[in-house]
Amino acid sequence: MDGMNAWQLIVTGDAALFAIVRLSLLVSLSAVVLATVIGLPLGALLALTRFPGRNAIVVLLNAFMGLPPVVVGLAVYLLLSRSGPLGNLGILFTPAAMVIAQGILIVPIIAALARQTIEDLWVEYRDELSAMGVGPFGRMTTLLWDARFSLLTALLAGFGRAAAEVGAVMIVGGNIEGFTRTMTTAIALETSKGNLPLALGLGLILVTLVLAINAAAWGARAWSERKAG
Amino acid sequence: MRALVTELPVVLDRVSARAGTMIIVDSVSLSIASGSPTLVVGPNGAGKSTLLRLCMGLLRPTEGRIMWGGRADPTPTRRAFVFQRPVMLRRTVAANVAYGLRHADHPHEKIAARTAQLLKRVGLSDLASRAARRLSGGEQQRLALARALARDPELLLLDEPTASLDPAATRSVEEIIRMAAESGIKIVMASHDLGQVKRLAGDVVFMLRGAVREQTSAATFFTNPTTEEAAAFVRGDLVV
Repeated sequence: MDGMNAWQLIVTGDAALFAIVRLSLLVSLSAVVLATVIGLPLGALLALTRFPGRNAIVVLLNAFMGLPPVVVGLAVYLLLSRSGPLGNLGILFTPAAMVIAQGILIVPIIAALARQTIEDLWVEYRDELSAMGVGPFGRMTTLLWDARFSLLTALLAGFGRAAAEVGAVMIVGGNIEGFTRTMTTAIALETSKGNLPLALGLGLILVTLVLAINAAAWGARAWSERKAG
Repeated sequence: MRALVTELPVVLDRVSARAGTMIIVDSVSLSIASGSPTLVVGPNGAGKSTLLRLCMGLLRPTEGRIMWGGRADPTPTRRAFVFQRPVMLRRTVAANVAYGLRHADHPHEKIAARTAQLLKRVGLSDLASRAARRLSGGEQQRLALARALARDPELLLLDEPTASLDPAATRSVEEIIRMAAESGIKIVMASHDLGQVKRLAGDVVFMLRGAVREQTSAATFFTNPTTEEAAAFVRGDLVV
């Protein structure tokens, strides 16, 4: 890509650039799916149950919203490295490892925001659902569904964090050209090589994509909110 | 199983409910049997809502005990509750009723037909696919009634369901309640609206400061109240 600026790469439909953009989106969106599957039920469970140590977990989750990506990257690196406990999976320096690292990074964000949202909604719903004889599992699914518009914001916060981070994917992905290079790692690399126009161009593409995804989510939310109130 | 369980009579035996050191309901003994509607009346803060919540099993008594048809298990099998401000689930009007049916173990294949029937009964057929939260206050209360009736209740408890409604909306809600009563559902309803009590009540439970001061037929309550406070309430004086 050296010697060309980002705009030329876009208008010429540069294959390497599109591979980078595609991988970035694929990794971060997969991480959001992974973190949603874990984080939403976890948040709902914490909102609806009382047990010893619950407060400590809530505080921990809230604090982990600010986990440094490099630390998560390092921890996942140690887990997946040849001598690590999950070393025999052989997925270090693959997109799968990047998804796991970003997933771990954003589970606390999604779980903590979901916990707060559902706990607030539960105050409003408690009597009505009890009167309708709704059991624990039904409460959880009902609250998750009825909080869906607020929870979408939690998912977007998670996506934003995943798409923006560079430390974790750099460590567990290795920034291998054509295989694990994402937009953020490419920006870091081009900046260190002094190719500032390309780095800046990639940065603009990244910001534009995040903006587009948020706008699409907002549109979908507005549309379904009109339908379901 | 549901059909075998009976909720009536609801018998309260020296039931008290406290919030911290405040006594909300004070050693109430009461028996509610099937029959015409029972209206629980009294000023704000008399403990009407708390009494209804106790009868529903939403609240456990701090002292005393409650039996439903001879059972102490508070699970609301054939009881339903309509709140002053009902929670509308974030889905369509029809989906709200279907939700109630599903959680009352209604046979899955009959839910659509039963939903349509219930919506017709409360006059919301035309709004079936509307978002429930977009309904007016009166329409929301009628939807709450349909959702409560979805439980096929033997006992229907209502906590001032018309308190924030205009006369037209109040009239249609009262009409639904009257029809439910005629179909054999026992109605227990809190109200501080004397006119409404006159229109609906078969008998009256008069509460003041957490205690039941009078339990009598509506006719006796209005013509010959035994306590001074009830007499003042019937006259329309301010009782606190």
